[in-house]
Amino acid sequence: MSDKIALSIKNLSKDFKLPHERKNSIKEWVLHFRKPTYEKLHALHDINFEVKKGEFFGIVGRNGSGKSTLLKIIGGIYQSTKGSVTVNGTLTPFIELGIGFNPELTGRENVFMNGAILGISRKEMKTKYKEIVDFAELDNFMDQKLKNYSSGMLVRLAFSIAIQAHNDILLIDEVLAVGDAAFQRKCFEVFKDIKKSGKTVIFVTHDMGAVQEFCDRAMMIEDSKVIAIGKPREVALRYEVANSAIANNASKKDGPASSARPKSKELELLNINAHSENSNLTSIEGGKDIIVDIDFKVHELTEPIQLNLFIVKPDGTYLAGLNTNVEFGKYIPKKGSHRISCRVKADQLVKGYYFVNIGAYTYAEPARLIDVLDISFGAKVPKITILESSPNQNGEFYMRGNWSEESK
Amino acid sequence: MKIKSRLTNITSKRNRSLISEMVRSDFKLRYQGSVLGYLWSLLRPLVMFGVLYIVFTKVIKVGGSIPYYPSYLLLGLVLWTFFVESTTSGMNAIVGRGDLIRKVNIPKYIIVISTTASAFVNFSINMIVVIIFMRLGNVPLNWQIIFVPIFIVELVIFSLAISFLLSALYVKFRDFSHIWEVFLQILFYATPIIYSLSIVPSRLIKIMSINPLTQIFQDIRSLMITPETLTTKEVFGSQIGRLIPILIVLSLVLVATIYFKRSSQKFAEEL
Repeated sequence: MSDKIALSIKNLSKDFKLPHERKNSIKEWVLHFRKPTYEKLHALHDINFEVKKGEFFGIVGRNGSGKSTLLKIIGGIYQSTKGSVTVNGTLTPFIELGIGFNPELTGRENVFMNGAILGISRKEMKTKYKEIVDFAELDNFMDQKLKNYSSGMLVRLAFSIAIQAHNDILLIDEVLAVGDAAFQRKCFEVFKDIKKSGKTVIFVTHDMGAVQEFCDRAMMIEDSKVIAIGKPREVALRYEVANSAIANNASKKDGPASSARPKSKELELLNINAHSENSNLTSIEGGKDIIVDIDFKVHELTEPIQLNLFIVKPDGTYLAGLNTNVEFGKYIPKKGSHRISCRVKADQLVKGYYFVNIGAYTYAEPARLIDVLDISFGAKVPKITILESSPNQNGEFYMRGNWSEESK
Repeated sequence: MKIKSRLTNITSKRNRSLISEMVRSDFKLRYQGSVLGYLWSLLRPLVMFGVLYIVFTKVIKVGGSIPYYPSYLLLGLVLWTFFVESTTSGMNAIVGRGDLIRKVNIPKYIIVISTTASAFVNFSINMIVVIIFMRLGNVPLNWQIIFVPIFIVELVIFSLAISFLLSALYVKFRDFSHIWEVFLQILFYATPIIYSLSIVPSRLIKIMSINPLTQIFQDIRSLMITPETLTTKEVFGSQIGRLIPILIVLSLVLVATIYFKRSSQKFAEEL
């Protein structure tokens, strides 16, 4: 292995054997001597990646994707089923903050205990003790039992100890989830220092802001596999898109509109496609137009309809819609296949990702939904990217307007 | 597969500070909030001693024939208390520290060793009480007392081996807490703690002498209290006799090490 690599993971797989009936006593073991039945759970499947020395490497993924298992294998807590993990250097695992904290002991006593777990001897700890207490801002509480601490105080203390462990590689698992804003800012400062000092950091998080701010590279795990690895920005966006699509599905399932895409004998929306006005790219420069083509098939129509094109944000927010009423009026397409197009002026969309959806409704009031291609129903709809053109403003949409000064 | 991490060959300095912190916090936790504090761990063997002493010298006169019976009995009880304490807390070591094992890769054996170390600190203080007691009872001091540490080391190794084996088994089978409790009760009477080995029927005496605890207790008593104590060496009439319990200890060490090493890799998942 090259000296420049801090961590190398090759063909790593991890299966958990979940016994159908856990045998925790000899009686059970003797009485049911038949072969125990297992359910194999593939927590990780064929993971390959390398982390270079001095790199700040982010790992993102939804709950249950396998990222914590991966971290535990890197930290040596779990053994892998297949493959190899090579760690080049000493390693501080922050799988969780405050490992070994005992609520019955005082803050001071816990500092020494936790330090010993992280590899800091009592003698070393005595010299660092003041620094830890100052950083945690817990001067008056060190002789209190830990059980009297608030959760924020606990995290502050734990974090302050953890950053004292000086090893080559740091494994950090979502430690920034707690603590007030002021302390979080302090933690970020520490992360910046760690990054500057050239240590290798492997950082598991849900906070895409942190990923983009600190990481040199990032990786996304889903369903036990690596599905993206590369620039933090790309991985973060991919994560957000995947997350919002699933969140939408989940929320729609709970809601009253739990029915999946309605199936109608009247009309079927087949396909929706979006691209920029002079190419097939789905990346659109701000201010340029988006061309949306819609294919649908009419089976049996007895009343006029309207089609509504609508744009949603990755988090599912309905931004705007545009229907066919002005151009087509009481639209009654003939039986058979149709293709219609819509030119959308996208100059008010700010930088980011959007989904373009289409719905068909009856013209009558109130409108009845006939068919819809909606990302929330898991439909295949185009995702468009608006590239920034005007850096002069931010927010939810581009506000039109201009300034002037009256001369007096 | 192997994790060629330097995490595994942590310097002993780190392990030492881990053990010392664990023993320290264990002590603080145990005596926290009690007025008498440490005295309680002294009181337990002393009360037991008082009861047994009255029963065996006044009610059933078993102890009468043993020279310096009070010291003989107290020493036996203190040694026994150490064995019970280290093996019971050793058995609970891994399961009890499950939160730690699931989150950080520290050498698992450190946890077991720290429980025995805790018990040993208690034992050392109890031994001081025994020595004071011996002075009060005018037990003649024998120069051979310098050999006592050898047998204490044997006792510690024996207790550690059992702790390793039980702690690993206890992760898989929670029955062992009950099994061990019952086994300790049997062992208490199968080992000459309250009575003298010489009153045991001769056909049983050899079987009982194979028990490493019998060998250790009798050897220590023979060195500290009175050379009249019947040791395993004397039962078998040669040094070979002493080898049997020592071999039992050594083979237990071997089995425990192999089993613990093999199962410790899966502790984090099974806990």
